[in-house]
Amino acid sequence: MLSQNIVNIAYVIAAIFFIMNLKWLSHPRTAVKGNRIGALGMLIAIAVTLLSGQLDYKLIIIGVAIGSLIGAVAALRVSMTSMPEMVGLFNGFGGGASIMVAGAALVAAMSALTTSYEATMQMKVATVLSGIIGSVTFFGSYVAFGKLAEFIAVKWKLYLWQNIVKFGFSFAVIAGGSWYAYAEYAASNDNLFLAIALVISALLIGLLLLNKKATFPGMNLLKWASAIIAITLGVFVVLHPENGLLFWVLVGWGGVLGVILTLSIGGADMPVVIALLNSYSGLAACATGFVINNNVLIIAGSLVGASGIILTKIMCKAMNRSLANVLFGTMGPTADTPDADEVYKTVKSTSGDEIAMLLETAQKVVFVPGYGMAVSQAQHVVRDLGNMLEEKFGTEVEYSVHPVAGRMPGHMNVLLAEANVDYDKLKEMDETNMTISQVDVCIVVGANDVVNPVARTDPKSPIAGMPIIDVDKAKTCIVIKRSLAPGFAGIPNPLFAMDNTLMFFNDGKKAFMEIIEAVKEV
Amino acid sequence: MDSLVMLLTVFVLAIFVGFEVITKVPPTLHTPLMSGSNAISGITVIGALLLAGQMENPQLARMMALVAVIFATINVVGGFLVTDRMLKMFKKK
Repeated sequence: MLSQNIVNIAYVIAAIFFIMNLKWLSHPRTAVKGNRIGALGMLIAIAVTLLSGQLDYKLIIIGVAIGSLIGAVAALRVSMTSMPEMVGLFNGFGGGASIMVAGAALVAAMSALTTSYEATMQMKVATVLSGIIGSVTFFGSYVAFGKLAEFIAVKWKLYLWQNIVKFGFSFAVIAGGSWYAYAEYAASNDNLFLAIALVISALLIGLLLLNKKATFPGMNLLKWASAIIAITLGVFVVLHPENGLLFWVLVGWGGVLGVILTLSIGGADMPVVIALLNSYSGLAACATGFVINNNVLIIAGSLVGASGIILTKIMCKAMNRSLANVLFGTMGPTADTPDADEVYKTVKSTSGDEIAMLLETAQKVVFVPGYGMAVSQAQHVVRDLGNMLEEKFGTEVEYSVHPVAGRMPGHMNVLLAEANVDYDKLKEMDETNMTISQVDVCIVVGANDVVNPVARTDPKSPIAGMPIIDVDKAKTCIVIKRSLAPGFAGIPNPLFAMDNTLMFFNDGKKAFMEIIEAVKEV
Repeated sequence: MDSLVMLLTVFVLAIFVGFEVITKVPPTLHTPLMSGSNAISGITVIGALLLAGQMENPQLARMMALVAVIFATINVVGGFLVTDRMLKMFKKK
């Protein structure tokens, strides 16, 4: 058994390693090292914790074995295109763990036998915060995961596994909540209101997750109501910590809040939500640190909270919107939005052969990927075409990535890295924009709003002021898209109808394969 | 010093350190930063291990802690591994 001082010193070392982790993770050259030193810090923290007292290792071994197995299999098998779902899901587990630790500490503190935990005011308030933030993170992340994996409020026809997850999770929440409420009520018979409140929250969560639409009437009202209910319940938990049911009702209403907050957010706003949930999972861990009086939880949690907030700010800035606007505002065409048919009168459509001829003479080609590239998994063929142009015609090839392209921060970079695109060839938006007039051919694949010149020209449009990649200023712009359907902002894109723009209506991957075939024959 | 005040001091300072340390992140590292920091938020595993291991704790508390151990370990193991996998992809050129 280690003395408390040694344990605390080890925790400080772990905290330093976490700080180094984040510091090194923000520079490309040191990133790998940074991640590993973080893992080492975690190992130290876990090892000294296990040696810190007289612990019974039976449950610990079971838990660690199951968790490691699931975590490792998921991490090693996930495809890069599914990375946003994965990150979303992991955030949720972080939130879930915080709820459970805070809840368990509360139960232990109420027991006469346990001496390690004491229900002080700090502990009770922190437990409430852990419960609410943890629950918002857990259920919010599940919604984000469901939307990214397209089984919540996106598609009507689902694959079998999607149906199993969707209905299974809803059923588990409703059944679990109701069963626990009934058991508690049957045991003490004096918590009827609380039992009903828990059943209602479980029903709400379960049913909202089955809803086929992302918004519904009365949504805002319910959002505020559940926030107020959760806070009120928090006060009650502080006053009556001995009531176990109360804590779960709090978690239930926190969950309703989490579901509603994320349900209406979609498309291009997804990176903001993912970054925000990342921040919440850190803050939940931080609150849990206050529950069990542990410095290393507070430090690690705050670091994650801060990094999540920084990413959220970067994402908001890249869309020229405030966080409040993303969370509460609606995105969509306004009364001033011009009619799509009018805008698209002069659209010119093209073919693989024509594009190949253009590319033959081009000296500089820039690819601009968007979410569409991820959907059609076109990153490998995009790279093939890029390499081919370099080898065959000696073309200068670059890839330009908008900060919010895709469904999570850095989504496109991950996909292009997976396809072995050189890091030097990835350019940031500002860099591309400075030299865009010298670009002979700009190929936009699956991006829409982030290349819409309206953001520059029309101060009344919903995306006014959003920084965009100025592909319209390239000598020729080719847009690969399946149809003229609007992007997330719901407004037409005049780029498609410009004189120097050619549309290639096709699925991303197929389009590139056709172009590659045509280039081979040139 | 009162323990709450001390913990709050640590909290405030750590938030500042977080903001200062992560100043300018290149877009390429946005995703690894998220998955990596997510692994760190699995630090709740510490609390979970203690609560699951202490024999004096009520059975209910230990069972809840077991669930927390599983969740947090998924977070830690999965988070660090997936970040490493991603970063290696960036590096191999």
